[in-house]
Amino acid sequence: MNLFIEYSLVGLASGGMYALIALGFVLVFKGTGVFNFAQGELMMVGAYVYLSVTQLLGAHWAFGLLAAVAVGFALGALIERLVLRPLAGQPTLAIVMATVGIGLIFKGAAGLLFGPDQRQLPELLPRKPVFLGEILIPGGVFWTFVVSLAIVLACLAWFRFTRSGVAMRAAASSQANAFAVGINVPAISAATWGLAASTGALAGVLLSALNSLTPHLGDLALAVLAVLIVGGLDSLGGVIVGGLVIGWLQAMTGAYLGGSWREVMPYLVVLVVLLVRPHGLFGRKEIERI
Amino acid sequence: MNLLEVDAVSLAFGGVKALTDVSISVAAGSVTAVIGPNGAGKTSLYNVISGFYRPQQGRVRFDGADITAVKPNRRAGLGMARTFQNIALFRGLTVLENIKLGAHHYLKTGLLAAAWYAGKAAREEAELRRDIEERIVDLLHLADWRDAPVSALSYGLQKRVELARALAMRPRLLMLDEPVAGMNREEKEDMSRYILDVREEWDVTVLLIEHDIGMVMDLSDQIHVLNFGCRLASGTPQQVAGDPAVVEAYLGEQR
Repeated sequence: MNLFIEYSLVGLASGGMYALIALGFVLVFKGTGVFNFAQGELMMVGAYVYLSVTQLLGAHWAFGLLAAVAVGFALGALIERLVLRPLAGQPTLAIVMATVGIGLIFKGAAGLLFGPDQRQLPELLPRKPVFLGEILIPGGVFWTFVVSLAIVLACLAWFRFTRSGVAMRAAASSQANAFAVGINVPAISAATWGLAASTGALAGVLLSALNSLTPHLGDLALAVLAVLIVGGLDSLGGVIVGGLVIGWLQAMTGAYLGGSWREVMPYLVVLVVLLVRPHGLFGRKEIERI
Repeated sequence: MNLLEVDAVSLAFGGVKALTDVSISVAAGSVTAVIGPNGAGKTSLYNVISGFYRPQQGRVRFDGADITAVKPNRRAGLGMARTFQNIALFRGLTVLENIKLGAHHYLKTGLLAAAWYAGKAAREEAELRRDIEERIVDLLHLADWRDAPVSALSYGLQKRVELARALAMRPRLLMLDEPVAGMNREEKEDMSRYILDVREEWDVTVLLIEHDIGMVMDLSDQIHVLNFGCRLASGTPQQVAGDPAVVEAYLGEQR
């Protein structure tokens, strides 16, 4: 029984990370209706910015985080302005392929600048194990969970309670409509991309602090596809539930069915969810296929 | 004194001419209607006036100022509000939330302030809410549905919520795009009365696109007729109804 609880907690904790990664996809999709395949690379770029500022410049980790978030925001907003906005009205496939291309450019650039080697990020969150009663959880996993969840919840609250959050929801619901009530829709779209890229940068830093950093860090982001499908592509709350469910399932299958099942199980769940509720557990119905 | 002047506007999409040299004026305090057969360019004209389309030629003047190049979201601040031909409400939000979004452009608290809760923002919000309750919700008899999600309302009610949201923008010019399309007679009569009430109560100028000729004739002070992207005639309801060109192009089909 203890083993079950321990595996459950570790699984749920890694689910928090999934939720944070998925958040970036959901923000952009909800706000502008685009599935951003470059989100993973934005994570990777954020992690390299953090690495450069802290290790090469030797700055305090807080500056590193700040720089990662700022660069992420700027990149996200720039992508919206320079690539997505000129493509407005084009077929979904063209827009999606553009994001794939942006991702490849970032990945190539990181490979050129930093090489293919694994980098170790300086310790960010305390590694000391955390005891919940009798159960021990690795410190990195636990604190990553806490920070990730805090970021997701902050985004949720911001969307719900602030005026700019409401404006963002309004613009997501209907652009023409939002224009007509005086909302600056282009600025909102750019800000949404910036915000999504910022959360991505944070996710990248946290993730590579847990493991290590290579230009291929972004590939991990597509592993949250299962989370997105379970939670719904446009539901911020669904991200949390989806992340926790998938994290827990992976831990369970890893523990009881063996490691080779770990990667398969989430997709079995995805298959079931798709059969029962094709738009995800919390998503809205009319989502375009890509 | 004209509140709105559209001066020799031409608009084309590639080779398709949507509007050719169209000039109309809307007198302050009037109810002015734009009518014409389907595809005559009425909605294109609306989209030019509200800034969604930039005309290739001609100017749009609002209260004497040239606004041809003003961004659509800035026009809300100038005092222009519009409704759409298809229901265009923010789904998933309640009636009151939808109406309050109309006030977005003149709220002063910062965009990051938790507008519904903290300090100054809460005061502004409470004031706004009172204002909306007293001046809009009661006037349009929406009190019973205040907290209902808009998607749960009937079509006629949704149209009324759209009108309410446009009013929350405190407009000087209220642009309605087919406000009674798809309504039954009772709903149409209600809507006509609300439009007249609104003009009385809010001292607002109304510009109207509508296919229901009976309603247009009853409500309007001035009518502009479009056909194939050109202005065919302008005048009072009597003048327009007696114009042979209009009868041939438009009313002829009806009678």
